[in-house]
Amino acid sequence: MTTQVFSRRDMLKLATAGVAVGALGACASVGGAKGKVVVIGGGWGGATAAKYLRMWSEGAIEVTLVEPNRSFVSCPMSNLVLGGNRTIEQLTTSYDGLRKRGVNVVHDTVTAIDADKKQVRLASGTTLPYDRLVVSPGIEFMYEGVKGMTAADAETIPHAWKAGPQTVLLRRQLEAMPDGGTVVLSVPLAPYRCPPGPYERTCQIAYHLKTRKPKSKLLVLDANPQVTSKGPLFTRVWKEDYAGIVEYQPNMAVNEVDVRGRTFVSNLGDRIKGDVLNLIPQQRAGNLARDAGLVTANDRWCEVNWMSLESIKVPGVHVLGDATLSAPGMPKSGHMANQHGKAAAAAIVELMNGRMPSPPMMANTCYSFVDDKSAVHVASVHHWDAGKKTMVTVAGSGGVSGQDRSQWSIEGQFAWGWAQTVWSDMLT
Amino acid sequence: MKPISVVVGAAAGLAASALILAPASAQVEANSARYIAANCANCHGTNGVARGGMPSLAGQKKEQIAARVREFRDGKRAATLMHQIAKGYSDEQIDAIAEQIARQSMGQ
Repeated sequence: MTTQVFSRRDMLKLATAGVAVGALGACASVGGAKGKVVVIGGGWGGATAAKYLRMWSEGAIEVTLVEPNRSFVSCPMSNLVLGGNRTIEQLTTSYDGLRKRGVNVVHDTVTAIDADKKQVRLASGTTLPYDRLVVSPGIEFMYEGVKGMTAADAETIPHAWKAGPQTVLLRRQLEAMPDGGTVVLSVPLAPYRCPPGPYERTCQIAYHLKTRKPKSKLLVLDANPQVTSKGPLFTRVWKEDYAGIVEYQPNMAVNEVDVRGRTFVSNLGDRIKGDVLNLIPQQRAGNLARDAGLVTANDRWCEVNWMSLESIKVPGVHVLGDATLSAPGMPKSGHMANQHGKAAAAAIVELMNGRMPSPPMMANTCYSFVDDKSAVHVASVHHWDAGKKTMVTVAGSGGVSGQDRSQWSIEGQFAWGWAQTVWSDMLT
Repeated sequence: MKPISVVVGAAAGLAASALILAPASAQVEANSARYIAANCANCHGTNGVARGGMPSLAGQKKEQIAARVREFRDGKRAATLMHQIAKGYSDEQIDAIAEQIARQSMGQ
């Protein structure tokens, strides 16, 4: 017998799970499937989907990837740039590897998705027809929830929550700040991209201050009631390594900013002035998802059928990454978006060959650097629950780093190795 | 006779599900294993070829890979996080992943 990964019963359940095998099956055949997939967004989800669609269809599916940026800049590891422990160049990869895989990489901006005609229109005027569409739109910041500030003000009060120029801007501000200054970091209410990210950032900024300007302070205003990820690990580091530098304030949301006065105003009316202000706003699915009618939950996120990552609203359109309404226990992370990309690619190959997709499995690992070389992790494994018709965490799987700090330097080596490997898994 | 009837029964079950879903079953299973094995690629690389000092799985035999994952799962081998990931996969899945990665890295 060949190894059976899923029971026949699981496969039968799929028939009632709402996975529709598209009519495309008719024009596709095993081994010689023809079909066009357009992927919008060359981030963690989209780049992975594009590569794996080419690999797993053995070149039979034509893949066009639309991405405005000329190269990929990794959000994971970008906090290290703030700490002075990596450069932005070390986090940057070209899209040439995908081109070598036969992906048609187009640096353009999508102006409209016409799901009825199954085509995508680009700013250049080009129209791209598709049989299936993958949308990996990332996040949009909800500045409408911050009085006194607009997206344009991010040029002086950066979010640095999309890696690239914003990361470099915040780093320059930290470098320029005199010793004895105050940095204020505002953390949004969950859910947001990268749950441990703000706390890793806290460590990295504190590392910079401790090593370069030790009279300075970092004030963390967290809208959440407590550290939302790896709490005991981060709070221990702040106490042991960054005492006198990091001050953590839970339950404090910033909903107003005096941009000229460089002052945050909290939900309780406190006015907090800083030399460097870093506001991470609340987030929702990227504008493209909203314009295409893919946003279905709380006016923020896109609900998908986790069997195939297909939108519950717009047939033939698969949504990946942070823009999705996360399944229970599933983080909005780059690693997870990569796993979304593979699940969608596997499902699309099956659907375009007239077959049912297999139930998805997804693993997650997020490393956070607490200084220049030590890292802590959170990990989990998620599987399809046919009864609940969603992904759930596999009972007994997952966890965080232990409290033995000697292990954290080993994890730091793994963390940088992870980054290099996962970038390669997406882009080469 | 018993083993034979088990095989026949399994084949009959296969035929029944094939009638309903019309899958090319062997193809579906192979593709499913290929997909699940790619869960590991984030840390261990596409087709098991890792970068930057992460452990590569390419070139290892199926039995080696499967045994190692079970040791992590059962707490018989120290790990920073693999014991937490290994607990997320069934025995069948571990074998399928190991077989897939071993075959890929043989260039087949």
